[in-house]
Amino acid sequence: MSDAAALRERAMAAAAHVVDPEIPVLSIVDLGVLRAIEVEDGIVRVSITPTYSGCPAMRTIELSLEAALRSAGIEQFRIETVLAPAWTTDWLSDEGRRKLRAFGIAPPTGTTSRRALFGADAVTCPRCGSADTERLSEFGSTACKALYRCRQCREPFDYFKCH
Amino acid sequence: MSAAALFSYTLALADDALVLGHRLSEWIGYAPVLEEELALGNIALDLIGESRALYTYAGALEGKGRDEDALAYRRDAHEFLNLLLVEQPNGDFALTIARQVLFSAFVHPFWRELAAARDETLAAIAAKAEKEAAYHLRHAGEWLIRLGDGTEESHCRAQDAIDELWPYTGEMFAIDDETEALIAEGIAVDPARLRPEWERTLADLLARATLTRPADGWMQQGGRRGRHSEHLGHVLAEMQFLQRAYPGAAW
Repeated sequence: MSDAAALRERAMAAAAHVVDPEIPVLSIVDLGVLRAIEVEDGIVRVSITPTYSGCPAMRTIELSLEAALRSAGIEQFRIETVLAPAWTTDWLSDEGRRKLRAFGIAPPTGTTSRRALFGADAVTCPRCGSADTERLSEFGSTACKALYRCRQCREPFDYFKCH
Repeated sequence: MSAAALFSYTLALADDALVLGHRLSEWIGYAPVLEEELALGNIALDLIGESRALYTYAGALEGKGRDEDALAYRRDAHEFLNLLLVEQPNGDFALTIARQVLFSAFVHPFWRELAAARDETLAAIAAKAEKEAAYHLRHAGEWLIRLGDGTEESHCRAQDAIDELWPYTGEMFAIDDETEALIAEGIAVDPARLRPEWERTLADLLARATLTRPADGWMQQGGRRGRHSEHLGHVLAEMQFLQRAYPGAAW
């Protein structure tokens, strides 16, 4: 393996440990926030993309990424924010969706095709699996989540909105 | 293409988002219920996030080294280019909701069109903002229906709010010569093309809310040229205080 490829692999392994501070079971790889890692002239270039425009976790993710790269012995790096293509929940990995459910958060349903103004998403309860759920609020504990309640087990839960 | 025109265009979009975001943030601690406090705070967060990306791009276009903070916190009211609609005070809850409905019903299709326009950075910011605006419109629309089709009191307040804000809606569809040139180049969105969709959205929501669409009369304008209502100065006095008192403060 070339030096550049080895360096890239080391950076990738370090970045894979960086988690979303608000959903700490998801890594930035699961989330699709990490877009690319390239090595050029010995410098590691990491591209990340923001989830929601106002997501306050982005700055924390950037800092954690810096720390992770440094502790992997990588000093020469640049972290760049790319805006296009815009992040979508379609990029959430299957592993990410499984982790979300295990954490008590319903993963986004379907793909981000155009919604009707008042079309409701069919959300399944992450605890009991019932489809008999209702939305309590379009906006939940963070920008990316809505608040739901299961009519079967009566538990409230977060839903990771389709975006 | 004139770089100055694109700078002004981007700045105006940033100012709309920041001023409305700040207005919504004024509800924190005062919203009627906890869920609504979170909702208004989240919408504010989206808008302020959009404004940050737009200011950063505007600063790069201008090329004078102004960053997002310099543009947000160190310009005076006459340099702000936001719509008069978004600087209007929160009023009662109905007025805040009506303002959000009127604005979101416009920007949702606006961002969708801009995402397909020729400027790559604006298109990227728009692609994200479009999805956020869809949630804002749905949330505010649901509230408008609930208030309009609610009690006699909430119905009256919702109708008063729509009536009061209607004269500020004309400015969303007005364009100046500079913007017209950008539209001709496929960079800016022609707001006239959005009018039918905006009218349809409003007609649908108002009908469900049992509210009446006001007649189009005199429309207030001036925000896009830096001529504002007295309210913007008060917004800036609070929003800019820290950077004015301690320029360049960071933490």
